Amino acid sequence: MALSPPHAAPDISVAQMDKSRVKLDVQNLDFYYGNSHSLKGVSIPFEANAVTALIGPSGCGKSTLLRTLNRMYALYPGHKATGKIMVDGEDILGPGVNLSMLRAKIGMVFQKPTPFPMSIFDNVAFGVRLYEALSKAEMADRVEESLRRAALWDEVKDKLLTSGLGLSGGQQQRLCVARCIAVKPEILLLDEPTSALDPISSAKLEETVTQLKSDYTIVIVTHNLGQAARLSKYTGFMYLGELVEFGETAEMFTKPVTTRASDYITGRFG
Amino acid sequence: MSTALNARPRRTAPRGFAFEPIFRALCFSAAITLLVTLGGVIVALAIGGWPAIAKFGINFVIGATWDPSPDHEVYGAAGPIIGTLITSAAALMMALPVAGGVAFFLVELCPTFLRRPIGTAVELLAGIPSIVYGMWGLFVFAPFFAKYVEAPLMTAAPAGSIWEAVFSGIPNGSGILAASIILAIMILPFMAATLRELLNTVPAAVRESAYGLGATTAEVVMSVTLPYVRRGAIGAVMLGLGRALGETMAVTFIIGNSHGFPKGLFDSGSTIASTIANEFNEASGLQSAALIALGLVLFVITFTVLALARLMLRTQAKG
Repeated sequence: MALSPPHAAPDISVAQMDKSRVKLDVQNLDFYYGNSHSLKGVSIPFEANAVTALIGPSGCGKSTLLRTLNRMYALYPGHKATGKIMVDGEDILGPGVNLSMLRAKIGMVFQKPTPFPMSIFDNVAFGVRLYEALSKAEMADRVEESLRRAALWDEVKDKLLTSGLGLSGGQQQRLCVARCIAVKPEILLLDEPTSALDPISSAKLEETVTQLKSDYTIVIVTHNLGQAARLSKYTGFMYLGELVEFGETAEMFTKPVTTRASDYITGRFG
Repeated sequence: MSTALNARPRRTAPRGFAFEPIFRALCFSAAITLLVTLGGVIVALAIGGWPAIAKFGINFVIGATWDPSPDHEVYGAAGPIIGTLITSAAALMMALPVAGGVAFFLVELCPTFLRRPIGTAVELLAGIPSIVYGMWGLFVFAPFFAKYVEAPLMTAAPAGSIWEAVFSGIPNGSGILAASIILAIMILPFMAATLRELLNTVPAAVRESAYGLGATTAEVVMSVTLPYVRRGAIGAVMLGLGRALGETMAVTFIIGNSHGFPKGLFDSGSTIASTIANEFNEASGLQSAALIALGLVLFVITFTVLALARLMLRTQAKG
């Protein structure tokens, strides 16, 4: 791992980031969809209990990067990742990783809300039931706590047994967040979580993320630069499968180092 | 130049306009034809079967004696009716888990290179004419079934136990259970293919959400993707059941064709469809009325199954 391939991103060091605070460390990651090489030598650290935003034009590989972090790509034959992704000192790309235990630790929320065809309560309890045998009362507490943290409790507390499919889009998305955090993960992956929501729902979801960030390592992919600026402590700018620039959000948005990032942030392309 | 670009085009009424009423009328009459046909079939069955229904009344469906000999002419269809229900239900119970397994495998687990061959095989199986299944059942399956399943089970059943009754019959390979198995094989590919199509309609993100929580394939399929397509899945099962209820040729080959109540799984019996197929050729008078009435009964059973499916869907949708 000492040698970087020629296309590796420029050595991006975040002086402020203490190595011991890195929760999730991507080292020299390459990703292939069949023959197409869609991540090229990406190395990026994600600090614990902070939000890191991934930005860049469509097709730059940010969602792909996100999907390697919980090995979601492994569902599809022909998708392959090489390199290292260290989570708490363990390489999750290595052999013998239990995907279920990994995904209990790393929750994911998708672009479009994905409520399951079951009641609101069961949606939230679904993941918990996979791992824990809770009593009825404990489960009720866990569901309430999760819905409260996702800022949805007040809106659904009187209809927990009705179908999750009956909620509005914004509520469904917060339900998905609640479902994720009910399992008590340590890392949250958010893949453009507000792109299908109206502005008010988006604002609510952002509020939810803000409240969660002190307890979770959050990685958010977004096309909304304002959102990245509002939510994240660090930002990674990706282009054509490479991580072009990475740094503290405040720095990158005010004085980006590379012209690519500068052009993207100022709206000159993308 | 600019005047030419801005000149208004001389429009006539859209050309499709004249055709529109004709198109609407054609679609309407197509739909009406269907309705009229349905009505016609019901009326024809009722009128044709009326002499038998009027003569035997309720005994036509609960009487167990079906005796077409000219001296007796007693028609009680309980045997064929029970035979139809039992063979279809048993076929469904056998076929459904396997069809589910095939569909889950194709959608969730199958390596890419196997997906096409297995998918094609399923579709080809669904396309085999029923008479081929019937011949295969009689000439290949029945001897095998008699020798390796029926005979050993009958020998093994302890005398006086319930198993002796369940496995009673003649071990010649044809009978209620053999017919059920053939029916199961016949409806399996159709149900598997339909279930696969349905499962493929579940959005990738929904499946991934479930996997993303750490669910295993079995948990994803049972708790998320299958409930997601519940409505269509019940429809597919009911269509499979409908096919089993009405299947004629394959069953006629292998059910043994005896009237009256089947006494055990290996006993020969009959279904409504097989009875009609066996007898219509030489029937006249009251017997043909009885056969037509039998057709009406089958129609009612199929209709009831569909209605029950609707009802099931409605109660589930509320919950």
